[in-house]
Amino acid sequence: MSDLFNGLIGGSAAALMVIVVLGLSALGFYMARSRAMASGNGDRRNLHSLPNYYGWNAAMLTAVPALGVLVIWLLAQPMMIDNAVFKTIPDSAIAEGSSRGLVMSDVRRLADGLDVIIQRGVMDAEQVTTLDAGTTDLRATLAAEGVALGSAVEQPVLDAAQMYRAQSSTGRFWMVALVTVIALAGFVLSLRVTNADFRARNMVEKGILTLLILSASIAILTTVGIVLSMLFESINFFRLHSWTDFFFGSTWAPNFRGDSDLSILPLLWGTLYISIIALLVAVPIGLFSAIYLSEYAGPKLRSAAKPLLEILAGIPTIVYGLFALLTVGPALVNIFGRGEQGLLGVEWMSGATSVLTAGLVMGIMLIPFVSSLSDDIINAVPQAMRDGSLGLGATHSETIRQVVLPAALPGIVGAILLAASRAIGETMIVVLGAGAIAKISANPLEAMTTITTRIVSQLTGDTNFASPETLVAFALGLTLFVLTLGLNVIALYIVRKYREQYD
Amino acid sequence: MTDMTSDTPHVHGTLLQADARTRKRNAAETRFKFYGILAIAVGLLMLAILLFNIVSRGTGAFTQTFVTLDVALLEDKLDKSGNRDIEEMKKVSTFGYAPLLKAAMTDMVEKTGMEGQISAGDMADILSKGAPAQLRDYVLANPDKVGQQVSFNFLASSRVDGYMKGRVSRDSIANDKSISAEQLDFVDKLIAQGILTKKFNLSFITGADASDARPEAAGMGVAMLGSFFMMLVVLVLALPIGVAASIYLEEFAPKNWITDIIEVNISNLAAVPSIVFGILGLAVFINYMHLPTSAPLVGGLVLTLMTLPTIIISTRASLKAVPPSIRDAALGVGASKMQSVFHHVLPLAAPGILTGTIIGLAQALGETAPLLLIGMVGFIASNAPDGIASGLLAPNSAMPAQIYEWAKRADPAFYERAWGGIIILLVFLLAMNTIAVILRRRFERRW
Repeated sequence: MSDLFNGLIGGSAAALMVIVVLGLSALGFYMARSRAMASGNGDRRNLHSLPNYYGWNAAMLTAVPALGVLVIWLLAQPMMIDNAVFKTIPDSAIAEGSSRGLVMSDVRRLADGLDVIIQRGVMDAEQVTTLDAGTTDLRATLAAEGVALGSAVEQPVLDAAQMYRAQSSTGRFWMVALVTVIALAGFVLSLRVTNADFRARNMVEKGILTLLILSASIAILTTVGIVLSMLFESINFFRLHSWTDFFFGSTWAPNFRGDSDLSILPLLWGTLYISIIALLVAVPIGLFSAIYLSEYAGPKLRSAAKPLLEILAGIPTIVYGLFALLTVGPALVNIFGRGEQGLLGVEWMSGATSVLTAGLVMGIMLIPFVSSLSDDIINAVPQAMRDGSLGLGATHSETIRQVVLPAALPGIVGAILLAASRAIGETMIVVLGAGAIAKISANPLEAMTTITTRIVSQLTGDTNFASPETLVAFALGLTLFVLTLGLNVIALYIVRKYREQYD
Repeated sequence: MTDMTSDTPHVHGTLLQADARTRKRNAAETRFKFYGILAIAVGLLMLAILLFNIVSRGTGAFTQTFVTLDVALLEDKLDKSGNRDIEEMKKVSTFGYAPLLKAAMTDMVEKTGMEGQISAGDMADILSKGAPAQLRDYVLANPDKVGQQVSFNFLASSRVDGYMKGRVSRDSIANDKSISAEQLDFVDKLIAQGILTKKFNLSFITGADASDARPEAAGMGVAMLGSFFMMLVVLVLALPIGVAASIYLEEFAPKNWITDIIEVNISNLAAVPSIVFGILGLAVFINYMHLPTSAPLVGGLVLTLMTLPTIIISTRASLKAVPPSIRDAALGVGASKMQSVFHHVLPLAAPGILTGTIIGLAQALGETAPLLLIGMVGFIASNAPDGIASGLLAPNSAMPAQIYEWAKRADPAFYERAWGGIIILLVFLLAMNTIAVILRRRFERRW
């Protein structure tokens, strides 16, 4: 477990450092403030800035760089140590059918386990560092403390784990030293520069601006994080599995003994089929409601119906998922299945999960999405265009069909694309309502599976980040990300371009 | 204009009587209007069906069948030495308590004069499997009651509960090993005696999840705490970061390509599927940083990243709504740009920011997909956290994850729990949205 985790659990290096740094910065605040007042002969009119600014300056210089370094250190240390230890594992320690990554996760688990037995007092630190895999049955010792290891401990793995622990503790020591030095340096520097003529406010404002910029760039960091995390694991996946099979193969059959068929096509088909059914439900209903609400409805109906429809958008997707699984699915089985007992007396549908089940429910979820976006767009069409058409003798519906809708069309297309991207990325409804069978079939009453469903099933339960069966989820996620991003970018481009016409 | 004349003779219509073409056009008009009304009606009907479904199938979870039973806490069974030593009494396992229940059942049958055609074991089986544990917990908490007769309210087993609620009938249990028709006859007699009753079930709201075998004991309480801690993380991180980012973008950012990239980025992040954030959380927080799986802290971090765009977009809108004259006035009396923003613009935009934040939190509260990937599902949240640190770091579930978990279990008794859980979740969402609307109505200024 990382320092961050230990630090939060209590008493360890990182948490201690945060407390120390914050204490030092509070001290800095009061010392700088009184120092400034003293240098202004106790009269605040002699100071360049308000006294508190001197205090804030000191607090900021003490805390911000030190805490920044602390965070970066905590993020970087696990990676550095992993890399260093990774290289020391000899090829001979890697068993047949295993991989370096698997051995590495054993090393990490062993190192954590050693920490646990020291914490619980089973052995002391001295005993742990001189352990020998030949003489002690570590697997049994650790199992007694609730740490399960995949295989018996070999000497090279134990050596690597020892190195891992040693480097971690060295890292911890240097982190404490570095953070303390930086905090003290900030503290001393800020006190030294504090005098009546020091432009404290300008410094503080520069600091705040930096923090604001950092906050704004978190959005970029998130995107970078999403892309990089999926990209790296996807590259790992394509090292283990041929990309032609992934993109152009025709079967999805993960097999945890290896040699799986992992092709995205059946999943993509299921995803698109369900999305199309959802759009077939949502677009007519949403569009017609938007037209009626913006063109015909009086203010009373509008103010009642619009928020009511928007409730549908505020209901969590897990609710729709349950609705699909337990209400819509069984209802559809009653209609299309159960042979003689069914409403139609046919036996077309065997289980509650199907493309139609998920598609219908997802369509209901998307109704308010289509309707409120289209409503905005229809309202943005200038009244003069309607007046012109009505003045020529067109009926209201003719005006809408021949003037308003063509003018609003790009925006509506954008809205539909946004809805489509929502449908493709939707998870809970398809996890509960669509089924788990990967196949390419045109029958909407059959269960099919989607990209999101497979991501969930490949990444829940026991995951092994060295097997293609787990890593494929990242390739699927990346495909999903690119797909929805593409749809969004096109949609936003269309909507924006259209808006400029009338503004 | 002369070539407009046509060969067909022009028929002069009357305004009082519509001609065929006008009638056709008017019919089209009516049809079009009807489609609109139909679309709205279908939408509202779906909403009504959904809500009716939730309420009708979920309210059952809030009542539960209890059996009132006088149990003799026999000293020779529970405390052989007789010196009320807790450590010694702890050695009696729940198995040791089961005979007391059987005895209590037989007593009760004799006292009420019912004809007991079924064995004492079968009679005791209509109680929840957790009943002996409940008895044991009581005895260990009140050792002085040993040797006395105490009246208990035991949960009935989920089949009996289902029978009371109409979910289980004599036909449906034909192949059911958990309960027999004879036992149901016995249950009918107990109902007639008033020993077996349906009551409000507070432990569904406050209690912990239970294993597959005891749906009657499962509750939402611990999952609610998990959600609470996640929302705490989201609030503490997303609000300051979101507000800071919006202030920069709205008030300070120069118009250049970097700012453009950040803005495009934020609007795209708002539309990224939630499961992708789950993948990010798994890869970065759990796999790379080795934070504990199933921890509300990790869930909170993932939901923070997901909520940030929502909060930034609404905060920017409310900052934009503050008129420039406010800024000009502040700058005019000598405030710095930073002071004008923090002392004047931000307080005026606060109600709007708060409204946006609450709506963002409500969205995060109902989100399930990312939680599946960071392991907040498939796990029985049976212990309430006992502090902030364990609340953040100990494995827990969350409300929507708990609902998903129940929906996956095959027993229909858990479906009822899932619908009931949805009612609780929706009550929270409704409350949050109402607060947001009230805040907006009450504090939002129009300039």
